[in-house]
Amino acid sequence: MKANPRDVNSGTYYMDGDVAAGYGALAAGCRFIGGYPITPSTEAAETFARIAPKAGAVFIQMEDELGSIASIMGASWSGVKTMTITSGPGYSLMMEAIGLGAMIEAPFVILNIQRGGPSTGVPTKTGQADMMQARWGSHGDYEVIAIAPDSPQELFDYTIKAFNLAEKYRCPVMIMSDECVGHMSEKVVIPPAEEIEIEPRRFYNGPKEKYLPFKPDKDLVPKMVKAGDGYNLYITGLIHDERGYPIKNQIEKGKSQKLPTRRLVDKIRLNADKIIELAEEGMDDAEVVVVSYGISYRVAIRGIEIARGKGIKVGHLRLITVWPFPDKKINELASKVKAFVVPEINYGQVVFEVERCSHGQANVVLVPHGGAGVHDPDDIAEAIEYAAKEKKKIRKVIEWKTRLEKFVFEGGYKLNK
Amino acid sequence: MAKIPQKIIHNYLRHRKQFPHVWCPGCSNGIILGAIIRAIDELKYERDDVAMISGIGCSSRMPVYVDFNTLHTLHGRALAYATGVKMFKPEMKVIVITGDGDATAIGGNHFIHACRRNIDLTTIVVNNNIYGMTGGQYSPTTPTGDIATTSPYGNIDPVFDICKLALGAGATFVARTTAYHVIEAQSFIKQALEHKGFSIVEIMSACPVIYGRLNKKGDAPAMMREMKENALPLEKFDELAPEEKQGKYIRGIFKQEIFPEYTEKYAELVASLQRE
Repeated sequence: MKANPRDVNSGTYYMDGDVAAGYGALAAGCRFIGGYPITPSTEAAETFARIAPKAGAVFIQMEDELGSIASIMGASWSGVKTMTITSGPGYSLMMEAIGLGAMIEAPFVILNIQRGGPSTGVPTKTGQADMMQARWGSHGDYEVIAIAPDSPQELFDYTIKAFNLAEKYRCPVMIMSDECVGHMSEKVVIPPAEEIEIEPRRFYNGPKEKYLPFKPDKDLVPKMVKAGDGYNLYITGLIHDERGYPIKNQIEKGKSQKLPTRRLVDKIRLNADKIIELAEEGMDDAEVVVVSYGISYRVAIRGIEIARGKGIKVGHLRLITVWPFPDKKINELASKVKAFVVPEINYGQVVFEVERCSHGQANVVLVPHGGAGVHDPDDIAEAIEYAAKEKKKIRKVIEWKTRLEKFVFEGGYKLNK
Repeated sequence: MAKIPQKIIHNYLRHRKQFPHVWCPGCSNGIILGAIIRAIDELKYERDDVAMISGIGCSSRMPVYVDFNTLHTLHGRALAYATGVKMFKPEMKVIVITGDGDATAIGGNHFIHACRRNIDLTTIVVNNNIYGMTGGQYSPTTPTGDIATTSPYGNIDPVFDICKLALGAGATFVARTTAYHVIEAQSFIKQALEHKGFSIVEIMSACPVIYGRLNKKGDAPAMMREMKENALPLEKFDELAPEEKQGKYIRGIFKQEIFPEYTEKYAELVASLQRE
C-alpha cells in the first residue's frame, strides 16, 4: 500500500532530526500522537502538532508520560496508527505500559531521543544508554523491535519503517535515536507519496461470531478489529487465551494450552531474519569488525578511515535494528575475525550482546563514552589497532581507555583493598 | 539601621556554586524566590530546619540557588519526596516549589493526594501558564485559545483553577496572589509556613520570553501591569458585572482551617499502639 498524499509533505528540506521524525510519522499514516514535553524530543511533538491537524490527524499533549503511552494504546485498538515521543525520564515512566502494549499486541511506535546520564542527567546532550532498557525495561517476558537511525533523513525514513514493523508484528517498536541526531540539521528529502511503502493494519474481515482476537496467523501474528465495531472485544493485560479471556484458572488446573507469552516472544524471535536490517562494509578480508549503531556509527566511519590508513583490515557492521539482536550474524563473523570493536555512548550495553554471540571465538573491545558528547575517532582507531595486534584470547570484554576517560578519571576509580 | 531587603536574600544564596541562574530576563521567579526568602527570614527559621524540595521546570530551579536543605528531584514527584521527608522529620519546615505543569499535569495525582492527607507541607505553585523550560508547550493552565508551540492554532483545552482544585481535594490553607503583589505574596507565604496542615500558595508569574512572546503580551513590565489589573481581591471581583469579569481572577486567602494533621495523627497512632 502507498502513503496517502494528504499525509506527505513532499520536497527537499533542511531540517533537524526531531522535525524529520514528525514528518515521517505523518507520512507513515500516524493519526494520533499523545506526548508530553521533554527535552530533547520536543521539536518532534511540536512539528506533529503543527502539521497533523491539516491532515486530519490528532496531537494531544497529555498530563504526563504515563498518560501519553496509555492514550496511544487506546487509539491503537480503536484502529489507527499511533506514536508517542519522549526521552530519558519520560521513557522510564512508560516502561509499565510497554509490557501492556506487548501483552495486548497493540501496534505503536515510541520515539526515544536519548539524552545523557541517569535521571534528569544531561537533557540537552546525547547518550546511548537506554539500549538495554528498550529491550528489558518492562517486567516479564516480551520482545520488542528497536531501530537506531543515524541522520535526520533516516529519522524520516525509519519512522515510517517503524510504523510498518509495528503493524506487521504488532509489538512495541522503538526508534532509539539520540540528541545528536535529533538536533542535527541536514538535508532531508521527503519523496512523493507514491514512493512511500506503507504497511496497512491487518484487519479481520471474516464472520463476526468467529473472530478470535488473539488467534495467530501463520506468522504468529493475529488479526485486529476496531474497538466498538461490535466484536465484543475483551482486551486484558492478564494472561489470556485466543478469545482474550484470562486463563489463570485453566493454568492452575493444568488444562491450559500454550502460554500466550511463548507466542509473544516467538513471533519476534522466529521472524528475526525478516525484521533485522544490517549494513556492512569492507567485510571481505576484515581482521577486526567495528559493530556500531546510531550516531556512533557515523563517528566510527572516521575512526575506521584512520585505522585503514595504518594498513589495518577493518570491516564495519552497522546495526540498523538493534533489537532483535543479530545473533547469527555476529556468531558467523566471530569465527572469521580476530576481534570486534564496539563504540557506544555508555559504559557497556550492546557490547555484551556482541560478546554473548561471539561465544569466546573473538576478542571484544568496548570503546565507552560517558555521554553528553560523541567519541573521538582517534580513540576508535587506537582501539582497532590494539584489537588487530592483540594475540591473546581475552575472555572478557576489554574496556578501551579513551582520552576522555584518562583525562577525567585518570583511568577509572580504584577501590582500596 | 534596618537591613536592606536585598542583603537578606544574599545571606541565603549559594554564592559560589550555582550562578548564573537559568531564568530569562523579565522572569518573575527571582521576585518570588525573594519573597520566599524574606518570609523565612522574618519567621527566623534556622536554615538547617528548612527543606526546599522541587521537581523539574523553571520555577523548580529555585531551591538550587538557596542554601537550605535542597532536594531537586523528579518531574512532578516533589510532593511525594516531601511526604517522605516530612514523615521522618516532622519538626522541619518542608517547602515544595513547583510550577503549573509540574504540580497539576505530571504531578496532579501527587498534588491532590497531598491535599487530601493534609500533611504539613507548604507548596508554592508558580503559575506562568506554560512549560517554559522545554520551550513553550501548553500546560493545564494555559488559557484556552492561547498559542503554545504544541498548540500553534490556539489551545482548545479548558484550564485548571489550581486553588479550586486544592480546595476540592482538601487542602486546609489555600491562597493566590501574583508576582506583582510581592508584599502580599510574602505575607501569604508566611501564613502558609505557620499553618499546621497542607498549605498552598499559588503565585501568578510572568513569562515574557516564552509565553509572552508567543501570545504578544508585551515585555515584562506590560505583563506585570496585566497582573496588577487582572488580579483582584474578592470584594472588588464580586462588584464587577459578569462581562467585566472576563480575564480577571481573585487573589486572596480562600481557606484557612484547622484540621488534624497527618504526621501528628500518625504519631498518635504509634503512641496508642505502643501503649497497648
